[in-house]
Amino acid sequence: MRIYADNAATTKMSKAAIKAMIPYMDEIYGNPSSLHGEGQKANEALTNARERIAKLLGCEPREITFTSGGSEANNQAVISAARLGERKGKKHIISTAFEHHAVLHTLEKLAKQGFEVTLLDVHENGLVSAEQVREVIREETCLVTVMYANNEIGTVQPIAEIGAICREKGVLFHTDAVQAVGHLHINVKEQNIDMLSLSAHKFHGPKGVGVLYAKKGIALTTLIEGGAQERGKRAGTENIPAIMGMAAALEEACAKIEENTVKLTALRDKLIVGLSDIPHSALNGDYEHRLPANVSFCFEGIEGESLLLLLDDKGICASSGSACTSGSLDPSHVLLAIGRVHDVAHGSLRLSLSEENTEEEIEYIIKSVKEVVEYLRGISPIWRDLISGKKDFIIK
Amino acid sequence: MALYSEKVMDHFRNPRNVGVIENADGIGEVGNAKCGDIMKIYLKIENDIIVDVKFETFGCGSAIASSSMATELIRGKPVSEALALTNKAVVEALDGLPTHKLHCSVLAEEAIKAALKDYYDRNGIEYDHKIFPDCASCGHGCHS
Repeated sequence: MRIYADNAATTKMSKAAIKAMIPYMDEIYGNPSSLHGEGQKANEALTNARERIAKLLGCEPREITFTSGGSEANNQAVISAARLGERKGKKHIISTAFEHHAVLHTLEKLAKQGFEVTLLDVHENGLVSAEQVREVIREETCLVTVMYANNEIGTVQPIAEIGAICREKGVLFHTDAVQAVGHLHINVKEQNIDMLSLSAHKFHGPKGVGVLYAKKGIALTTLIEGGAQERGKRAGTENIPAIMGMAAALEEACAKIEENTVKLTALRDKLIVGLSDIPHSALNGDYEHRLPANVSFCFEGIEGESLLLLLDDKGICASSGSACTSGSLDPSHVLLAIGRVHDVAHGSLRLSLSEENTEEEIEYIIKSVKEVVEYLRGISPIWRDLISGKKDFIIK
Repeated sequence: MALYSEKVMDHFRNPRNVGVIENADGIGEVGNAKCGDIMKIYLKIENDIIVDVKFETFGCGSAIASSSMATELIRGKPVSEALALTNKAVVEALDGLPTHKLHCSVLAEEAIKAALKDYYDRNGIEYDHKIFPDCASCGHGCHS
């Protein structure tokens, strides 16, 4: 038996998305820029997908730029806002300490080019407040970029409120909504969002395709030079099959948001309750303001990679906040940002569900995590020191 | 999983010599929780032979596998051979480790050396201090 509980990493494609893609790999393979009939058919499909996606986000079709995914969209949004700011002598950017690296690394690059970056502290519950933005926003601020929902701990930020402050101050507001789109309600107009990034494979669409929404009037900086595709803002022949798959997946996900939220919240809560039984464990991030499918825990006395490998042996696909496998000795910047100390941050586990998970699977996950945590604690010298009283528990 | 060799996965899934030796003759603990790896080695030594060895490890898959393999390599061996164990020998016995996991094998070597040093110290045995490099020399960055 295999149980997939790593949907924040990527999702299985929906049947509807696959079905929507096939014709564009098979019969309708033309290049949308070609003048002949085959090309024009592809171009019609592109127009159609753009309209459908725009409708779902609450924007105009021409405000949609297709990209290779969330990372490219984040890069382009941040760089575009920086370039626009620069022209007016505004070189201050506000973001948070627990953004995705697609945003953080872009900001680091801009900092080297003379931009001043303010990273807001994240409260230990995994939230930033609109008030924090208000406190640091100033005349020279050209961009506020705050993620809609965190990819590791699933906390949902007060996007509309932050957007409202930015509107009031005349500052561009971007949100990395990669984890939120298709899972939470989105309307860029209602939520005061100027720019938004999304990625299809997080909502049962294909990998390698995403969207950058940019409000009319925001001149994007071109990152990939070449042809005049995407109004000259993103060169390269459009990935029509992937774009069609994304449109179908997004329609399906948005239509099922309410139904899925009810189902997933119940599964998630059952999992949270079950894992909370494990002594010296703690849920990462606020319980209330949380993605319906995200469960993130720290278990004291163990290390995350071992936990993941043993869960994989038991048929469970999970992930960890631990950066261990990525070659860094430092644990996740997200867990550190919410104040988890290194010792505890190493013992993290993220389970991200989908509507395909069942109650039986949740029960099996709870049982398996309990077994593996107990086993790893049994061979851990830290755990021995903790239970013998030589060291104090950090998670009480 | 392609990250690790079959050997690593075998020693990770079925670690040899896990546990504690009561009244051990030498105990060594290296690493720290901040880095995400701690290894503790217990030795029972009779007539200069390592008659028993046990370990406890907090760490990733390769840390557990490295501890298991290192203890296997010194079990039943004379102290002099255990002292000569290198991290390279541990890596080879495991059919390799990913580059960013090599520090786990270094920790295993150091844990054994720390346990042997403890054994020498407890028994007042003279030794050349240079054979036990201090923490700062490993470049592991635990204390930075």
